[in-house]
Amino acid sequence: MESVIERIERGSFWQFHGGIHPPEQKFLTCTKPIASAQIPEQLIIPIRQHIGQAGNLVVKVGDKVLKGQILSACDSPMSVPIHAPTSGTITAIQSMAIPHPSGLSEACIILTPDGEDTWKQRHICPDFHLLSKIQIIEKIANAGISGMGGAGFPTQVKVSTLAKIDYLIINAAECEPYITADDLLLQEHSPTILDGIKIIDHLLSPKNILIGIEENKTEATDALKKATADIDHIKICVIPTKYPSGGEKQLIKILTGQEVPSGVLPSSLGMVMQNVATCFAIADAVINDTPLIKRVVTISGQALEKPQNVWALIGTPVGFLTRQCGYNNSKNRHLIMGGPMMGFSLPHDQIPVIKTTNCILAPSEIEIASPFSSTSSKEVECIRCGQCADVCPAQLLPQELQWSAKAKDQAQLAKLNLFDCIECGACAYVCPSQIPLVHYYRVAKAEIRQQKLLDIKAEKAKVRFEARKQRLEREKVARAEKHKKAAEARKARMNTDTSAAKSEKSAVADALARVKAKKAQASIKQNTAENDSEDATTTTTTTSAAESSNTSTVDITVESVAAVDDGKSQVANAIARAKAKKLAQKNQAQIDSLDTLQNNESPSSLTSSQAAPVVIDRKAKVAVAVAKAKEKKRQASAANSPSSQVDIIDTATKALKPNAVNLDSVSDDKATQAIDKKAKVAAAMVKAKAQAKMKASLGTETSFNNLEKSTTNLESNIDLGATSECDVPAQVKNVEAAKTKKTQGEPQTVSNIDTKNLDRKTKIAAAIAKAKAKKLAASSDKSPTSE
Amino acid sequence: MAFWIASSPHNHQKNETSSLMRLVVYATIPGIFAQWYFFGWGNLIHISLAVAAAIIAEFTVLALRNKKITPQLFDGSAILTAVLLGISLPALAPWWISVIGSLFAIALVKQLYGGLGHNPFNPAMAAYVMLLISFPLQMTQWQPPLSLLAMDIQLSDTLAVIFSGYTPQGYSVEQIRTHIDGFTMATPLDTVKTNMTLGLTVVESMQAPTIGKHFGVGWEWINAGFLLGGLFLLGKEAIPWSTPVSFLLSLFICSFIAFMISPDSNASTMFHWFTGATMLGAFFIITDPVSGATSVKGRLVFGALAGLLVFLIRKFGGYPDAVAFAVLLCNMAAPLIDQYTRPRTYGHDLEVKK
Ligand code: SF4
Ligand code: SF4
Repeated sequence: MESVIERIERGSFWQFHGGIHPPEQKFLTCTKPIASAQIPEQLIIPIRQHIGQAGNLVVKVGDKVLKGQILSACDSPMSVPIHAPTSGTITAIQSMAIPHPSGLSEACIILTPDGEDTWKQRHICPDFHLLSKIQIIEKIANAGISGMGGAGFPTQVKVSTLAKIDYLIINAAECEPYITADDLLLQEHSPTILDGIKIIDHLLSPKNILIGIEENKTEATDALKKATADIDHIKICVIPTKYPSGGEKQLIKILTGQEVPSGVLPSSLGMVMQNVATCFAIADAVINDTPLIKRVVTISGQALEKPQNVWALIGTPVGFLTRQCGYNNSKNRHLIMGGPMMGFSLPHDQIPVIKTTNCILAPSEIEIASPFSSTSSKEVECIRCGQCADVCPAQLLPQELQWSAKAKDQAQLAKLNLFDCIECGACAYVCPSQIPLVHYYRVAKAEIRQQKLLDIKAEKAKVRFEARKQRLEREKVARAEKHKKAAEARKARMNTDTSAAKSEKSAVADALARVKAKKAQASIKQNTAENDSEDATTTTTTTSAAESSNTSTVDITVESVAAVDDGKSQVANAIARAKAKKLAQKNQAQIDSLDTLQNNESPSSLTSSQAAPVVIDRKAKVAVAVAKAKEKKRQASAANSPSSQVDIIDTATKALKPNAVNLDSVSDDKATQAIDKKAKVAAAMVKAKAQAKMKASLGTETSFNNLEKSTTNLESNIDLGATSECDVPAQVKNVEAAKTKKTQGEPQTVSNIDTKNLDRKTKIAAAIAKAKAKKLAASSDKSPTSE
Repeated sequence: MAFWIASSPHNHQKNETSSLMRLVVYATIPGIFAQWYFFGWGNLIHISLAVAAAIIAEFTVLALRNKKITPQLFDGSAILTAVLLGISLPALAPWWISVIGSLFAIALVKQLYGGLGHNPFNPAMAAYVMLLISFPLQMTQWQPPLSLLAMDIQLSDTLAVIFSGYTPQGYSVEQIRTHIDGFTMATPLDTVKTNMTLGLTVVESMQAPTIGKHFGVGWEWINAGFLLGGLFLLGKEAIPWSTPVSFLLSLFICSFIAFMISPDSNASTMFHWFTGATMLGAFFIITDPVSGATSVKGRLVFGALAGLLVFLIRKFGGYPDAVAFAVLLCNMAAPLIDQYTRPRTYGHDLEVKK
C-alpha cells in the first residue's frame, strides 16, 4: 500500500466527511500588508488566556513594568504566564469582561502604557542549537505561548511530549471565511515561521513535517515553498478549500487518513499539530527572547473603511483596532471575535485581544444579518432534510441531537456523541429551517457539565450523610448500652438498698399528698377569695414540677422495664398534679396542662438520666413549698378554728419536711431517717384519722364523697394522659385498701417486694387521710360553730 | 450604540425551508404541463381545489393551535402537499374528492401530529390511500388521454364533469371513458394487469390503444416531465440524490429480474419506469424529508425498499399502482431504518472500520 508520504507527494489527500463552502471573503484583507502595532491608551490583559489554570500574579497595582516583563508566574504545566505588552504602570487589577462566548468576566490586569515602549533586558540567541532541549522548552514556557489557532492549549505541553512523533503537522489551513492572519504572516514572515518549525523539529524529531495549507492561499504557499525548498522532510500539502479543514481532527484526517479516537490527544497517534502563528511565536521567544505580547489580527468586514491585518498588542481593546481600520457604523453594531462560523458576538468594544484572537469581524448589516440572532430568528421546525448530517464533519446527526437537546434527554445526547461536536457551525449554516443548532448544543453541553458537577456534589453529600448516619448509629448504640447499665444499676439498687428505694417511693407518696392538699386548698379557695394570688403561685410551681417530672418519667421509661413501676407512679403524680390544677382552674386548664405533658415528651426523651435526681430534688422542694403554703393558709384562714386542728396539720407538715430533706441528699444514713419519717407519717395519719373521726361526725360523709370523686377523676386523668399503661386504678384501689388497713391499725409486714407496694400504699393512705382531715377542717371552717 | 448579539455561526447559506418547498412546487411544472397536454384540464382543476382546501385547513388548524399563522401558512409545505395530491388524482374525479383529500392530508395527517416536521406519513399519499379505500369507484375512473377520447373535452366540459358529474351534453364519466370501439379505457398499468388475468401476454397487452407506441399514451410524457423536474431539483440540491436513485435502481432491478425470468408475464423495466406515478414518486414523493429516512445510508435503504414494494404491489397486489402504498409502508419503516443506519461518528469505533 502506498505510504502517506507517497500519497501526499502525488498530491492526493483523504477527505473528511461533510464540510461546506461558505463565501470566503478573504479578498478583503489578503493582499494588504500587516499594519504595525499601535499602543492604545489602556491595555486590558486577562490573566487567563488559555486552557488551564491562571498563573500567580507577581505584580501589584501601582507597579511600573517594562515591555516583556512577566506579570504572572506559572507553577504548573497547564498554566501559562502573561507579560506586559509595553512599558507602563499597572493601574488596576480587577474583574473585566473577557473574550468569551458567554460574556464572562475574569481578573484582568489594567496597564496604562507610558508610551515609551521600553524593553526589559533581552538575551538574543541566534543559534538555538546551542541550547539544550530543556532550555528551549523553558524558554517557550516562560514566553507564555499557548496555541494561537483556537483553543489555546499550552504549547510547552505539546512540544515536550514524550510520545514518539511521526508527523509534525503545521496548520496553515485557515479555513474560516474572512480570516487571513496566518496567510499574511506566512506571506511576510515565512523564514521566522520556518525557524519556529525547525525548533519544534529539534525538540520532537518527527519523521515528517506536513504543512497543511488550503489551495486558496497561493502567495503564502509560494512563500512557504521557497523557504522550505531545500528541506527534505517538510512537505507542503496544498489541500482543497473546504470548511472546516483547519479543524485539528479534520486536518489530520485529510493529511494522514487517520481519525483521532474520541477523547484522545493526537500525540497518542504520533502526531503533533502546531499553528503557524504559534511557530512564529516560538521562534520569536527562543531566538529573540520575546514573549508572546502581540499577534496578527484580521480586522475585516464591510462595515470597515480599510479592513486589514494588524499587529495588535495582547490586551488592546477591540474598539481601538476597529477605529484604526475606520469603523464608522454607528447604529446597530455587530462585532464578532473570530470568524463568521465559529466566532462570537461581543457585548461591547472594550473587550481585549488575547492570544487566541485571530479576527475581529465588523460586518455590515447586509453582509451578515445573522439568522440566529434573537431579533431576526426565522427558525421553523426541523423538516428532517438531513442536510445538517450531510455536512457535519464529526459525522453526527445534528437533527437528532437537536431534538434530544430540546427534550433535555441527556442520556440520548450522550449516545449521539454530543461531546464530539466541534461546534463548527456547518450544520446550522446549511439548515433550511434556520435552526440555531450550535446554540442548542452549547446550552445542552453546559447543562450536562452543570449536571455532572451537581452529581459529584450530591455524591459527596451522600457520603457525608452516610458517615453521619453511621456515627449517630454508633452513638445511639453506645448510649443505649450506657442506659442499660444505669438501669441495671438502679434496679440492683432498688432491690438491695432499701433506703434509696424508699426515698424514691416516698417521692410518690409526697406527690399524692400534695394532690390532696391542693384539692383541699381548692375547696378552701372557693371560700377564701383573698388566697387567690397565693394559689396562683403554687399552681405555677406545680406546673413546672409536672413538667420536670414528666421529663424524668419518659426518661425512665426509655431506660428499662425495671423502672416502670417507678415511672408509673411518677406519671400518676404528674397527672394527679395536673388534676389538682384542674380543680383549681377548672376543666379548661386541665386540658392545657395535659397538652403540655404530651408536648414535653419528645424533647424530654433525649434528656440524660442524670436529670432525674435534680427533678426529685425539685419535687421535694416543691413539696416543702406546698406544705408551707398550706400551713400559712391554714393559719390565715383558721383564725377561729380550734388549736388542736392546727396542731395536727402542723405535725403533718413536719412529717413532710424530713421527706424533702431526705430526698435532697442520698446518704447511707437514709434507712434510719426513712423509717423515722415513716413512723412519723404514720403517727400523723393515725392522729389525723382519729381526730377526724372524732371531730367530724357531721362532715364524714362529705369528705368520703370528696375522696371518691377525686379517685374517679384520677382514673379519667390517666385515660387522658395515656402516656404509659400504668395500673393507677389498681393503685387507687390499693389506696383504699390501705386506708382500711391503716384505720384498722395493721402492722407493716417487711418483705422486700411487698414493702415497696405497701410502703407506697401506706403513704398514699396517709396523704389521703391528711387531705381528708384538711377537708374536714375546711368544712369546719365553713361552720366554725360545729366545734 | 446597541451591540448585536448572536450565536455562531453568523453566516448562513440563506436557503429556507419555504424556498425549498417552492422550488419543489416549481419543479412539478413540466409534469403538470404534460398532464394538461395529454389529459386536459382535470388535474389542474383538482390542484387548484386541493390547494385552496389545504390553505383553509392549514389556516384553521394553525389558528386553533394558536400558532403564528403567516410564516407557517406560507412555508409552502401545505401547498406542495396539495399540488402532489391534485396531480395524483384521476382527472375527472368529482370535486369533493380533492377537497376531502386535501383537508384530510393537512388537518389530520400533518397538523394533528404536530405540524411540519412531525408527521410520520407523507400527507399527500396518506390522503390518496384514504380516498382510494373510501371512494374506490371515483378513484379508479381514470380518464384516458384526450387523443383517444370519442369526444372533444373542453375546459367547460371538464369543470362540469368535476362539479356535476356530467358534461353539458349529458355524458357521464363512464361514457367519456368509453373508447370509440365501445370498451372502457383504463390506465396502461391497469390494462396490463387486467389482460394478465385474461391470459394475455404482456406483449399482447402492449397492443392496447391506451399504451400506444411506447409505454402508454401520455403517461410516458408525464413521467418524462417529472423526471425533468426531478433532475432540476437534483441539480439545485433541493432533494438528496440517494432516495430517487436507489428507488429507481431498485425498481429497475426487480422488474429486470422478473422480466428475465418470465418475459411474457412481466412488463419491461422501462414500462415500470415510465408508467403510473413512478417518476413523480421517485423525485417528489419519497424525497419528502419529513417522513423519510435522514442519513445517506438510510435513504438508500428507504429508496430501495420503496422500489421493491412498488414492484411487488404492481405485480401481485390488488391495486393497479403502488407508489402510495409503498410510500406509506416505507414511512412506517423510516424510524427503524434511521435507527440502524446511524453514521459512525468521527473518532468512534475505529477498530470496526479496519
Ligand atoms: S457544529 Fe457540531 S453537529 Fe454541527 S456540523 Fe459542526 S460538528 Fe457537526
Ligand atoms: S438541516 Fe435543519 S431542517 Fe434539515 S434535518 Fe438538519 S436540523 Fe432539520
